Amino acid sequence: MNLYHYAAPATFYHLAGRWIPWFAWGAALLAGIGLYISFFVAPTDFQQGEAYRIIFIHVPTAWMSMFIYLVMAFWCAIGLAFNTRLSFLMARALAPTGALFCFLALWTGALWGKPMWGAWWVWDARLTSQLILLFLYVGIMALWAAIDDPKRGDRAGALLILVGAVNVPIIYFSVKWWNTLHQGSSINLTKAPSMATIMLVGMLVMAVAAWLYTIAVAFVRVRGLILERERHTDWAQAALKEA
Amino acid sequence: MVWQSGTAFWSMGGYGLYVWGSFGVTVLGVALEVWLLRRGQRSLINRLQRMQRWEAQ
Repeated sequence: MNLYHYAAPATFYHLAGRWIPWFAWGAALLAGIGLYISFFVAPTDFQQGEAYRIIFIHVPTAWMSMFIYLVMAFWCAIGLAFNTRLSFLMARALAPTGALFCFLALWTGALWGKPMWGAWWVWDARLTSQLILLFLYVGIMALWAAIDDPKRGDRAGALLILVGAVNVPIIYFSVKWWNTLHQGSSINLTKAPSMATIMLVGMLVMAVAAWLYTIAVAFVRVRGLILERERHTDWAQAALKEA
Repeated sequence: MVWQSGTAFWSMGGYGLYVWGSFGVTVLGVALEVWLLRRGQRSLINRLQRMQRWEAQ
């Protein structure tokens, strides 16, 4: 398999177009299964009652907000190092969805914090660093929007994304490094998860659904960006006639 | 089945506001993104096609 072949905008444009329905339907199917597990299979929690069901969206959205940022940072590093056109477009296509998930993680966290902690918001290390992530997403999109020259915008955005990436490990380890009101992670790579298997399965199904959704919307966005940048080429002119 | 009745399901053991507020806003957010994306893509394609026709003249 020749990766350079797929990195060519023309090839990727058509490939992504064929894959989008699969990712979108996969996301819908898994979200349906995940919601069914969230409400009809997973039992009531003995400590938190029904309020804990927020976990089925809170944790997947929080994971996604961090993963998407790291994926953007990865593509920006590739773009800066190898000057590949498609890489920056990937970062641009992912940012709005990352921002949405970041907002949802904060929103569902507030709605979970109120009944459990008695406060919608506290300036705890986990919550504060997650809020900074939202500001980073919004700042990056504002920077892109403010720079008219697409190539300069790509580079400026990439630099901000790479510098801001330092915040992701801070979010992840904040519950370890500092005394936070936010609980420690129930799932990590080194020890067995401290939760019922069905809850874990529900969360993982929702997380995979969120991934498939992200890929689907990012592909739609990246196809638009490719057409816009390549509109003078013969293949893009032909693709526009068909669109 | 976990729920005794429909009312029990909607009240979520007294946490209805928090649980449905979380899931509801998530569904709204995703629906909004999909809607904005479709609208944005359509207008982008239209704009690019207009430019194409203009440049062909």
